[in-house]
Amino acid sequence: MITFVTGMIMILQFFVPATQTMGETIQEWFMIIASAAIFLGTINLIQVHMHKVRYKARNWKYSPVTLTGLAAMLVSGLFFGGIEQGGAFDYMFQQMVVPMGATMFSLLAFFVASAAFRAFRASNWRATLLLLSAFIVMLGRVPIGAMIWHKIPMVSEWIMQVPNLAGQRAVMIGAAMGGVATSLRMIFGIERSYLGGTD
Amino acid sequence: MATFIEKLGNTDRRVIFILMALAVVLPLALRMNLPILIDEGPSKDHYDFVEALPEGSRVLLSFDYDPSTMPELQPMAVALCQQLMTKNIKIVSMALWPMGVSLGNEALTAISDSLGREEYVDWVNLGYKTGGGVLIVRMGSDIHSVFPTDYNGYPIADMPIMDGINKLGDFDMIISLSAGDPGIPAWVMMAGDRYNIPIGGGCTAVSSPQFYPYLDTGQMVGFLGGLKGAADYETMVRAELDDAPPGTATPGMAAQSVAHLVIMLFIIIGNIAYLSEKKRKGGAK
Repeated sequence: MITFVTGMIMILQFFVPATQTMGETIQEWFMIIASAAIFLGTINLIQVHMHKVRYKARNWKYSPVTLTGLAAMLVSGLFFGGIEQGGAFDYMFQQMVVPMGATMFSLLAFFVASAAFRAFRASNWRATLLLLSAFIVMLGRVPIGAMIWHKIPMVSEWIMQVPNLAGQRAVMIGAAMGGVATSLRMIFGIERSYLGGTD
Repeated sequence: MATFIEKLGNTDRRVIFILMALAVVLPLALRMNLPILIDEGPSKDHYDFVEALPEGSRVLLSFDYDPSTMPELQPMAVALCQQLMTKNIKIVSMALWPMGVSLGNEALTAISDSLGREEYVDWVNLGYKTGGGVLIVRMGSDIHSVFPTDYNGYPIADMPIMDGINKLGDFDMIISLSAGDPGIPAWVMMAGDRYNIPIGGGCTAVSSPQFYPYLDTGQMVGFLGGLKGAADYETMVRAELDDAPPGTATPGMAAQSVAHLVIMLFIIIGNIAYLSEKKRKGGAK
């Protein structure tokens, strides 16, 4: 019932001006609930890792590191100058979180190289076409491509603006239609799996 | 019996990792520089649109990323702040990602200090609020109720920069530097389409293909895709300014060039080994 009423108000606010204020109130509720979810997430994180430590679950040795990091950031942010520049929180963010985050993403380059070496095979004409397109786009996105042949960036841009655009548009339209269908199923109570059930 | 080329096809992945590391590190260590050629495209469109904004325009700059994508998106943030502040365009910044606040502040304060701009007069960082698309819709009707204070707790009603800014429609442009969701799609759908505000932005190279439909329909005025987009923008901004500090994206393009060549070499070797093995097994039958 809550889902039905909320969903209907959010749809009607586009067409019935009288429901616009109600729609705005629901939007504010959403933001409050979403903020509260951050606290729930933190509590859940602590519970999960305390449980792992207590029962010596697999890879439990990483859990104290996670909990220590959480406590250090929380305490420094709340009690030692907040997030102002030069403070303890900012120092840990700039010197630890930033390089570690960038490192995690950088590892992708190594895995992509290894995966491409083992899996990117010209096994049929479609795979060969994909391979050639990938080569052109990879060269077109770096200066060395234009140095090899000045038209490579243009061909690369054409691949992005024509075949890629057609595919992306199809995916977007399909996903949007799916989103509308799923939303309607939830509003009318046909889809209830989000409540934790098995329907 | 496996030939040499087939054995090459089974190269240990640790060898690939080492060669890949060298391909990235050596061009950076040797300060290798490759010329950045600016063609007509999304980066140029974005640059031209910002250049056409009159002095005193107001731009909302949203830092929707975190440190993992910082190598690609932070150079864009710096170049954009440089261009906007040089043109005396007012920047109201915010973040849909919690860690974007600090990263955005780093770019804003660095450029502001170098150009002598003043916080709360020329720029402000409103901070992070949760909510994604819903937050944007609320900002469409009232920014002050969503962000009563900036990230320092200073009331935004008391800031000179916020005079006359009450809702999203009061901005001349919105720019989102986006590493995922919420990001550019939310700004295009909830702000651009709904309130008819020009949307620009930047994203990682991996996600850039998905934004081409928005360019084709005019829902985005341009965008910067990955390190190439950042290097393009740095080059265009620096071309107009003699004393602009060097960026980090342009030197990175040399490393990316060599890395791409190495990956392509691996793919070619892998395919030669695959075809050789296929031929040998076919011949054996």
